Amino acid sequence: MICVENLVKRFGSVTAVDHISFAVERGEIFAFLGPNGAGKTTTIKMLTTLLQPDGGTLEIGGLDPRKRAHQVRQLFGIVFQDPSLDGELTAEENMELHGIFFHVPRKLRIARTEELLKLFDLWEKRGQQVKFFSGGMKRRLEIARALLHTPKILFLDEPTLGLDPQTRNQMWTQVRAMNQAEQVTVFLTTHYMDEAERIAQRLAIIDHGKIIAQGSPQQLKEQTGTASLEEAFLALTGSQIRDETAGSADQLRQFAKMWSKR
Amino acid sequence: MSAVYILWLRELRRYVRSRAQIVASLGQPMLYLVALGFGLGPVFRKAGRGSYLQFVAPGVIAMTVLFSSVLSGMGLLWDRQFGFLKETLVAPVPRVLIMLGRMLGSATVAVIQGLLVVVVCFIAGFRLQSLAIAPLALVFMLLIAFLFSALGTAIGSVLEDIQGFQLVMNFLVLPIFFLSGALFPLDNLPALLAAVTRIDPLSYGVDGLRTILIGTTHFGVALDAAVLASIGAILLVVGSYLFSKIQV
Repeated sequence: MICVENLVKRFGSVTAVDHISFAVERGEIFAFLGPNGAGKTTTIKMLTTLLQPDGGTLEIGGLDPRKRAHQVRQLFGIVFQDPSLDGELTAEENMELHGIFFHVPRKLRIARTEELLKLFDLWEKRGQQVKFFSGGMKRRLEIARALLHTPKILFLDEPTLGLDPQTRNQMWTQVRAMNQAEQVTVFLTTHYMDEAERIAQRLAIIDHGKIIAQGSPQQLKEQTGTASLEEAFLALTGSQIRDETAGSADQLRQFAKMWSKR
Repeated sequence: MSAVYILWLRELRRYVRSRAQIVASLGQPMLYLVALGFGLGPVFRKAGRGSYLQFVAPGVIAMTVLFSSVLSGMGLLWDRQFGFLKETLVAPVPRVLIMLGRMLGSATVAVIQGLLVVVVCFIAGFRLQSLAIAPLALVFMLLIAFLFSALGTAIGSVLEDIQGFQLVMNFLVLPIFFLSGALFPLDNLPALLAAVTRIDPLSYGVDGLRTILIGTTHFGVALDAAVLASIGAILLVVGSYLFSKIQV
């Protein structure tokens, strides 16, 4: 479903993604792990047509995202690291907008909106403006929205960041239900190793733009001789802390938050 | 095309829900009408130019449409901050349609704001020259709204920073307003000021509205419409180009 070979992305003199190769099968749940700044989000952006790679080959559902961006976009749903809902609109209106963007026929859109909002426990709140939602509700709505156009692949970029264990647990149950019911391939990134170990059938670990290990959680533990995925992760990537500087977009987001609270 | 419609509808929904903002945005035009309209009225009349309220009302209407359309075009900046922009950029919809939908929405909202101010003008004592051609004013409001929504969108596409917002307000939007002849007649101006008013697109918008609403003209209504339409078209092209270059 996803096939990546020798993918490269450079920003000036920095090689953010350095000749990585991996493949994800249809219906698989695949975790993409790595420390901050390792190249996870850059990879996701290239897979989802938001960023042009500088080298290598890339295939999403057999199509090249560089040449057939619109067809590829129709194939996947994505939940970004940061929220991407319109807070002034209601949950239902956010779904409506997405459905129209993704050319879902009206009848199907209405039926599927109901089905998904019910699955993600948001049906009762469908008429409420999203700005009044809790963090967990917003995340669930984002996932429901990403699934609205029946994508073949669901990209989840750190979807559980900042959520409590109950919410995380419930969310993964729901994602897994969709994965099984519709054979949706799931490509996720996360910092919670226990989560990755429990959810993912296979995973890849990326550091400094290179994939340093891939396989099932079991294989990685055996390879490093460790008892948990967390230990395996630290054994592979080292325990040095990676500091990221906030980009201008992050700074502005902070500013916007201050403003919106006035 | 339905993507254009739903983005247009989104702008309207957001507008209708921001009631406090609607009321707040009427404050400034009212102040101009009351403080300037009545404050400068006696001097204006003594100079033999008739009623200043009559004169300034079309300018205040144009101002409202200008501010509302630039601001809502620049709403792009907020969408970037709150993340919604990403949702539109991964959609299998050509970007030019996304930009068009937003712009039409912004322009519609601006015209509605303008119409509210028309009502305020009537309450303040403004009277039309002719009821029959008054609906033509709507065409000019649309032209102004379209032009400045395109400008706002173009600016919103390149600005990444909220600090830049003040810069745009103080060095672009306010000069466009103050140098447009919204507040003063364009004849007998010093040469430099006259030249500046001639390159300010809003001058043509104000003049067009004034021609239709009170029957005095400076450039002529045909030239007014032609200038607004062509600058609007240019900005639409520039805006689409800049919008298509946005990266998230």
